[in-house]
Amino acid sequence: MTAQPPLIDISGLRVGFRGRSGAMLPVLHEVDLAVRRGESVGIVGESGSGKSTLALAAMGYLRHGLARLDGVARFDGQDMFALAQPELARIRGGKLGLIPQNSGQALTPTQRIGAQIAESLRLHCDHDPASHRDRACDLLAQVRLPDPDTILRRYPHELSGGQQQRVAIAMALAGEPEALLLDEPTTGLDVTTQAHILALLRGLARERDMAMVYVSHDLGVIAQVCDRVHVLYAGETVLAGPARAVLTTPAHPYASALLAAIPGLGDRALPRALEGRPPTPDMARTGCAFAPRCGLATDDCRAAAPPMASTPDGQRARCLYPDKVAPPAASQGDRPATAADGPPLLTTQALSVRYDSPGLLARLRGRPRAPATVAGIDLALRRGETLGLVGESGSGKSTILRAIAGLLPPAGGQIGLADGTDLATAAERRRPETLRRIQMIFQNPDESLNPRQTVGDILAQPLRLYFGLRGQPCRDRAADLLETVRLGAHYLDRLPGQLSGGEKQRVAVARAFAAGPEAVLCDEITSALDVSVQAAVLELLNDLKARHGTGFVFVSHDLTVVRALSDRVAVLYQGRICEAGPTDAVFAPPHHPYTDVLLGAVLAPDPDHAPRLLAEDAAELSPPARGCPFQRRCPVKCGTICETDTPPARETADGHVIRCHIPLADLRGRETGQTAS
Amino acid sequence: MSGAAISVRARAGGVLRDMLARPSGAIGLFLVTFHLALAILSPWVVPYDYKAMDATGTLAGPSAAHWLGTDHLGRDVLTRVMLGGREALLITGIATPVALVWGGLAGVWLGLRGGWPDEVAMRLVDAFLALPGILPLLVLITVFGTGGEVLLPTLAFFFGIPVIRVARAAAHEVVARDFISAARARGHRPLDIVRREILPNVTDTLLVEGAMRWSWMLLGFSALSFLGFGVSPPRPDWGLMVSDARVYMSLAPLGVIAPVVALSTLIIGINLTADALAKTLGLDRARKAVI
Amino acid sequence: MLGMIARRFALGLVTVWLVSVIIFLGVEALPGDACTAILERDAHGEALAACREAMGLDTPALARYAEWAAGVVQGEFGMSAGGQESIAQMVGYRVRNSLLLAAGALAVGIPLAITLGVVAGLARDRWPDLLFSTGAILAMTIPEFVAATVLILVFAIWLGWVPAIVLTPADAPPLEFFPEFILASTVLTMLMIAHVMRMIRASVIEAMASEYVQMATLKGVPYWRIVFRHALPNALLPAINVIALTVAWLLGGVVVVEVVFNYPGLGRLLVDAISERDLPVVQAVTMIVAATYVGVNLVADILSLALNPRLRSHRARQA
Repeated sequence: MTAQPPLIDISGLRVGFRGRSGAMLPVLHEVDLAVRRGESVGIVGESGSGKSTLALAAMGYLRHGLARLDGVARFDGQDMFALAQPELARIRGGKLGLIPQNSGQALTPTQRIGAQIAESLRLHCDHDPASHRDRACDLLAQVRLPDPDTILRRYPHELSGGQQQRVAIAMALAGEPEALLLDEPTTGLDVTTQAHILALLRGLARERDMAMVYVSHDLGVIAQVCDRVHVLYAGETVLAGPARAVLTTPAHPYASALLAAIPGLGDRALPRALEGRPPTPDMARTGCAFAPRCGLATDDCRAAAPPMASTPDGQRARCLYPDKVAPPAASQGDRPATAADGPPLLTTQALSVRYDSPGLLARLRGRPRAPATVAGIDLALRRGETLGLVGESGSGKSTILRAIAGLLPPAGGQIGLADGTDLATAAERRRPETLRRIQMIFQNPDESLNPRQTVGDILAQPLRLYFGLRGQPCRDRAADLLETVRLGAHYLDRLPGQLSGGEKQRVAVARAFAAGPEAVLCDEITSALDVSVQAAVLELLNDLKARHGTGFVFVSHDLTVVRALSDRVAVLYQGRICEAGPTDAVFAPPHHPYTDVLLGAVLAPDPDHAPRLLAEDAAELSPPARGCPFQRRCPVKCGTICETDTPPARETADGHVIRCHIPLADLRGRETGQTAS
Repeated sequence: MSGAAISVRARAGGVLRDMLARPSGAIGLFLVTFHLALAILSPWVVPYDYKAMDATGTLAGPSAAHWLGTDHLGRDVLTRVMLGGREALLITGIATPVALVWGGLAGVWLGLRGGWPDEVAMRLVDAFLALPGILPLLVLITVFGTGGEVLLPTLAFFFGIPVIRVARAAAHEVVARDFISAARARGHRPLDIVRREILPNVTDTLLVEGAMRWSWMLLGFSALSFLGFGVSPPRPDWGLMVSDARVYMSLAPLGVIAPVVALSTLIIGINLTADALAKTLGLDRARKAVI
Repeated sequence: MLGMIARRFALGLVTVWLVSVIIFLGVEALPGDACTAILERDAHGEALAACREAMGLDTPALARYAEWAAGVVQGEFGMSAGGQESIAQMVGYRVRNSLLLAAGALAVGIPLAITLGVVAGLARDRWPDLLFSTGAILAMTIPEFVAATVLILVFAIWLGWVPAIVLTPADAPPLEFFPEFILASTVLTMLMIAHVMRMIRASVIEAMASEYVQMATLKGVPYWRIVFRHALPNALLPAINVIALTVAWLLGGVVVVEVVFNYPGLGRLLVDAISERDLPVVQAVTMIVAATYVGVNLVADILSLALNPRLRSHRARQA
């Protein structure tokens, strides 16, 4: 690299906020960040690490309540915190652009897309205003949005998540930026959409020689697009260096643990969990922030904060023992063998669910009903088995769980338990004994626990309802339950607001197991958690499964997590099953074309791995009326038969079923998205 | 459960402390407490009987004998002002919680139930709200008289109707959250769900709403008295005093100013308290999370 | 969107109909009727029966309701209890006078309230906000009769600029009671501004704290452009409904003010009618006010629909 100064140069930045007691609590501790022209740098961290704060500081912006205590943030040589407003406004959105995390919220709801892009053009370009519309169309084309004219006239809420994100990128490009800040640009997007957007960003960065700063908690995303990586922990840079080195041989124990906690597609077993949680700003700190959770920690580590040490492969690590850090251990061995035996304890046959109910008028007019949201679902869950349901948004996976739980009425088909108990009734009408046998855990722990009840109260609900326990026996049993999820009895009197995300989810797990269920329905229970916490929750589930022989239906959009946890898997698209069978069989060829697309889009934290983009990134709002659900996006569609006939179920020797018109032999012969060993 | 009781007490204590820490909360609570104390203790503290007419001077200015002067019948203004809030506070003090309870429960139940009962009920609520505010009160009072036994249920009923709206909206917000779905999936009865899951989460909104309702009810009560439909003479009431004294305003302004100040300070106190309560409970829709 | 408007309209009609039923039933349920009010102590026996027959009060309630409702729809409200005046005539001028009062308050109050609310919201916790917010709280806490009385004290008695009581009859041209109109309007305006201003302030604060305003800042949009093009359009949308509610309140809360100033409007007519137990007049005035309230809300709903892109679009993505 030449001796040019970095385009973005942050040094010694300290940021904090005033706590309730009046003391200044630090959020960033003397962080440095240097990004050169044309370079892509990733900022990695979990929630509370301060990564978003750091990225926004590059623009000279701090959220309400935060103050800069020390340090400088320079862009192109200018101190962003010292510039006057007009200068600052010229650079922001111009030479330095931002792609926000949630574009749906970041676009003004009352302005059309065209107006918002035109605003960027007007502020940052000298071109003739009459040419704005053409330039806007041009920008939309560059971000691969079809039909730019229509999009320009639309309002933000009329676009899908992926489309909104592309519009945000187009808006940033309007200012002809030299550098882009991207705050979790693909969080919340489907896997396939994510892969497309990242490919787009990589291409744009190369074409325009832009510097990019990616903020993300997802190491797979970082591996795809970044040359260099910064790892933040509790507001400090703990590791910085070339992406390849950091991701394969990290020189800091936290980075190593983080990588080990990520399930890989090639893994058959659970990732390793990282115990404990990061320090919060109000906790006083002496020594290394990671020491309480570090396997290599010594008294020296706890005595004084370690300085940054350089390693031979170009990394800088805030650690006293960078050479002692073990490479992220690949999860050893196989999935724990589960004693899945006996007849299925929970089955569904041809289950279908509808969300719409046509009004009287539509029925009178004889309009054909829209296809059911979910249809033709045949599932079987055996004792002690984990059945994974995997799919993207709109796949109906949560809908199926809710129907089983009795929160949604089935429109057709059957749901039943082993002894013949019919579950096709609403929860309100089921007998308590039936309800006890099936329990559900929800995605967002902030939402699934009543903020006004203590943990003890929350656990008491099922205990009281199903077993009539009260008073001290109830409290004792609740304490036992907390033990099983590795939380101490002192949590009983705490309110959910005082717990971390991972702790709250454990309480939710404890609550589900309080009833002593035979089957537990898990609706994306790890999706809202940090990576290092996810692994702990998954481990917990496995543990409980082994102990009680409970069956799990585990719903997730994350293929790697599903693979690590499930014995059997069903892949869903637009509410229909594409493929189902034992996990290893489903993840090995032959694949249904959609599974192929999904596997291809999965990102591994490995810079050498490139995802394959097979299908167009187009959001589908509803399933087609007839034929195969994947007909509109399938890259290997074999003809009009896909539109007219329901695909037959083709079965292989090991119980693996694929619903496709293409014969198995041909599917086997095709190149596959990702070969999982 | 012991856990729940402990946390409610602790929380109430914490909320009170936070409110007192704010200037608006401190002033508001002081004013409200002062008026409540005044209303309770005044009969033992007043210098004169409220009916006693001083033959020597009507519409007299302030003097050593009558600190605030006398009204047009020679009665001591100070006495009547000190006693003037009793009936208002008594009646509204009971009617407000009643309105809150019936409106709150109805609103929460409607929010949970949805469907036809909800649609029909909301149309009725809209219809009642369309009636010009003071009208039904005036009509009912004209017919049935102005006794407390008429005023109380009437006020409680009509002021509870807007509460239904607020409680229903709050219930809607809570019902959409997963812990309600979790409770339904476990098979709790709807009544249990309302009691244990929904109500604790809407009490905050209802408390603030209740405080505001109380202040509006007091204003309404005073307006009724002013128009002659509330407290009947010779019993003292601030609204009534203003109505009587305004004719003589140019001669003895204190007769109007005193009850006005008394009523206004009470209302201001309640409004400030409600404001501080809303801010403390985070219902003010203030700043977003800092990090 | 036309479908949504039609639905709102239909619901409005249902509400108005419900109001008419409530009013009618309410009046029916009261002990006594127009005849007992007219005859007072003589209300019994033959005299009562004769009166009832003359006034048509002996027909079944449903028939009377239908007749009354049909009349109302045509604007024909019948005669007052004394049988002396046509209600429509009595009401006509007073409606005009009350509308003038409301219109005056709105014309001055709404723009002022919006301006103050926006300024208070933008200058949050700084002196303009503290000043206006405190003023609003004070204005809200002072009962209308108090404010009215104080204004009379100041302008009529101490300064002598206006006469204290309105003696002009209802059908006089507005200019004659102009001074009272000013005072009464001022009282209403003050109270209205207080309510509306607080609501707008909260709305503005929320809009300015939103993610899209943050994004606009980071896009380099100058502050004032953000305020006018990004924040205010979103902040003022809910204001439409609040303004509608305020109009409704104006119609109802105007009663006290009219009484204090002796202003010849609907409010005073109402109070007088109630005191005299003139129930037909009470019914008629209530219907007019209620129908206006529903109408104003309907207009507000439609405006909201028209101006809020999120409510309009059928192409909105499924969540």
